[in-house]
Amino acid sequence: MGLDLRKPIGWFFLALGLILAVYGLMTKGDAEMYRRSLDMNINLIWGGVLIAFGLFMLIPALLDKGGKD
Amino acid sequence: MTLPLPLLAAASATRITLQPIDNAILIIYVLVVVAIGFALSRYMKSSSDFLTSGRSIPTWVTGLAFISANLGALELVGMAASGAKYGVATAHFYWVGAIPAMVFLAVFMMPFYYGSKARSVPEYLKMRFDERVRALNSVAFAVMTLFASGISMNALAKLLNQLLGWNYDAALWICSGVVLIYVLKGGLTSAIYTEVLQFFMIVLGFAPVVYLGLQDAGGWDAIKTTLQGVAQNPASVNMPVPKEAYDTNAWTSAWGPMLGGPSKNPMGVDWFAMIFGLGFVLSFGYWCTNFLVVQRAMAAKNMTAARNTPLVAAVPKMVFPVLVILPGMIALALTAMPNKGYRIPPPILSDAVYAKAVEGAKTNANDPAAAHKAIEEALGKKVNAAAVTDLLAKHKAAPLSDQQLTEGISNGIAEYDYDGVILSLVKKYCPPGLLGLALTALLASFMSGMAGNVTAFNTVFTYDLYQAYFAKDKSDKHYMWMGKFITVVGIMLSIACAYFAKQYNNAMDIIQLVFGFVNAPLFATFLLGMFWARTTGTGAFLGLFGGIGTSALFHSLTLAGENTPGIKGGYLGVVHTFPSEMAQNFWLASFAFGACLLLTAGISIMGRRTKTDEELKGLVYSLTPRTVDADLPFYRTPGFLGSLLLIGCVILNFMFW
Repeated sequence: MGLDLRKPIGWFFLALGLILAVYGLMTKGDAEMYRRSLDMNINLIWGGVLIAFGLFMLIPALLDKGGKD
Repeated sequence: MTLPLPLLAAASATRITLQPIDNAILIIYVLVVVAIGFALSRYMKSSSDFLTSGRSIPTWVTGLAFISANLGALELVGMAASGAKYGVATAHFYWVGAIPAMVFLAVFMMPFYYGSKARSVPEYLKMRFDERVRALNSVAFAVMTLFASGISMNALAKLLNQLLGWNYDAALWICSGVVLIYVLKGGLTSAIYTEVLQFFMIVLGFAPVVYLGLQDAGGWDAIKTTLQGVAQNPASVNMPVPKEAYDTNAWTSAWGPMLGGPSKNPMGVDWFAMIFGLGFVLSFGYWCTNFLVVQRAMAAKNMTAARNTPLVAAVPKMVFPVLVILPGMIALALTAMPNKGYRIPPPILSDAVYAKAVEGAKTNANDPAAAHKAIEEALGKKVNAAAVTDLLAKHKAAPLSDQQLTEGISNGIAEYDYDGVILSLVKKYCPPGLLGLALTALLASFMSGMAGNVTAFNTVFTYDLYQAYFAKDKSDKHYMWMGKFITVVGIMLSIACAYFAKQYNNAMDIIQLVFGFVNAPLFATFLLGMFWARTTGTGAFLGLFGGIGTSALFHSLTLAGENTPGIKGGYLGVVHTFPSEMAQNFWLASFAFGACLLLTAGISIMGRRTKTDEELKGLVYSLTPRTVDADLPFYRTPGFLGSLLLIGCVILNFMFW
C-alpha cells in the first residue's frame, strides 16, 4: 500500500536511538545507575545501535523515493 | 474473593518505577502506531482494502508480520518461563513445532489459499467442501480468537497493574482504545505494519537484556555447567525432585534426555509424542490452518510473495530461542549461582499477606522455627527455613525495617513464579532509558496480539458469517461499514472476555481446554482436503466432529502426573496416566488427528463425490497445474528455500543434541 513502512520504522528508531543516546550522555557519570547494566553505559551504546538501525531502514527508503522522482 | 484494587498491587519486590524518559518512549510508541493508522486511512477504499489489505503488501512486511502475529507477549513470557522450567528442550516448540510446518505451508498450501482467491481460511473450506464445514470453522475461529484477545489483554492489564501500579480498568480500556483507533483507521494493513514495528521493538528491546544476562552469568559454558548441576540436584534450587534422576543434560540438551524417556527430562515427554503430537499434529494444525497467521500471508502482493512469507518468517523463528528461551535458562542459572543476588521471582502475593508474614516474623523473632511456621502460614507458600534463620539473625544484630523484612521473606520463598522471569531480568539489568524500551516492547506485543485477533475476527465475521449467511448481496460499501462496525464490537467483546478471564480463572482453563479439543483434529481435514480429491464435505464435517469428540473422550479417560480427576481429565475413569500434562496433550492431539483422518477418509469413500474435478481445480494438489515456479531460477523457488531452512533446522537440532 502507498506507505513505505521503512520510513515510519526508520524515523521511529532513529528518534528512539537519539533519545537514548542523549540520555546516556547526560547520565554518563552516574555509576550507581549503570551498575545494574554491568557498569556499561547501555543507554549510550544501545542508543547508538538504534540510530544505526533507524538509518539502515530510512536511507534506502528515502533514496528509493528520490530515484522514482 | 477479590481484594480491593489498592491492595492488589504486589509487594515492592516486583514493583518498577518509571522515569520520565521511560514514559516518553512509551508515549512516542503510541503516537507512532496511531499515526500509522491515520496515514493508511486514505488507502482504505473498499472492504477488501480494509479487511484483506487488497493483496498489496511486500514480502518482507508480510513475513515479519506473520511471525509477529504469533509472537504475542504471552509467548515471550511463556517461553522464558519454559526456558527456566525445561531448558533448551523448549526450543522444540520452534525447531520441531514450527519450522517444518511453516515450510510445508509455504511450499504446498499457500498455492491453494492464495490461488483459490479465498479471502479467508473458512472461505477456502467453503470452496473446497461446503457451507457446513465453513460454518463450523468460522464460528469456532471467531469465538476462539475473541477469547484469545481477551486473555491477552487481561494479562496485559494485570501486568501493568502489578508492575507499574496502573489501574487495571484504565490500562485495559486505554490500550484497547489505542488498538481500536489504529485498526479502525487503517484496517488490516495497520495491524500488519504495527506488527512489523513490534517485531523490531521486541528484538531490539530484549536483545540487550539477554546480552547482559549472558555476560553476568559468565557465558554459555558457565550456564551449561550450572544447569547440569541443577539437573543432578534440582532440590538445590527448590525445584521438584523427580522419582528417577534426570539426565545430566536435561536443561542443556534438546534430544538426548528426551530419547532417554519421559522420566529423564523435566518435560516428561517421550520422543514420539514430541515429534508426532507436537511436531506434526499441533504445529501443522496451528501454522497451516490458523487464520490469524495465514491472513498475513494472504495479504501478500502476489503468489510468490505469499509463498515466501512463511519462509521469511521462519528465519527469525529459528533464531528466536536465543531471545526468548535463553533468558529463562539464564534466570535459572543465576538462581543456582550463589553470589549473583538473583532468584527467579516468587509467586505474586499481596501487601496484606506480606504484612501478616512480617508480623509473624517479628512476634517470633527469637524462635526461628516458630517464625518459619508463622510465615509459611501467612503466605500459604513454602519458605526456605535457612533463609528465615538468616533473616532473624540479621534482624537481631540490627533491627530491620518492615520493608527489609518483607524483601527478606520474599527472597526466602521456595516457590517460583516462572511467568515473572522475563520481567525480573528486565528489572535487574535495565537502567531508566533501556527500561522504557523493554517495557514498551512488551506493551507493543500485547497490543499487537489484540490487533491481530481483531483483524482476523472482523474478516471472518464480515465475509464468512455476515455475508455468507445474513446479507448476501449488499454493496461493498455496506460490507466495509460492517467490517468497521464489527471491529468496534470485536474490541468490546475482547474487553468483556478480558474481564471474564480476570474473574473466572477456572472457567478460562475449561475454555482453553475446549479450544484444544477443536484445534487438535483440524489439520487432518485440511490435509485430506488439499491432497485427496475424493474427500467430501460430509466426510470433512463429520470427521471434524469425530475428531473433536475423540479429543474430549481421550481427555476424559486419561490423567497426567499427580493430577486428580476433574478438569485435568480422567473424570470418566483413568485408563492411562501420563508423566506430564504436556505428554497428555501431545498424545491427545495425535489420537484426535488419527480419528479425524480415518473418519473423514472413511465417510468420504462411503459417500458419493459432490464436486467435479473441474470445480476442485486450484483447490486440490493433484488438480492444480504446477506452473507457479516455472519462471524463477531454482535457487529462488520456495521449494529450494524451504529445503535450506529445514537443513538449517536440522543443524540446530544437532548442535543442541
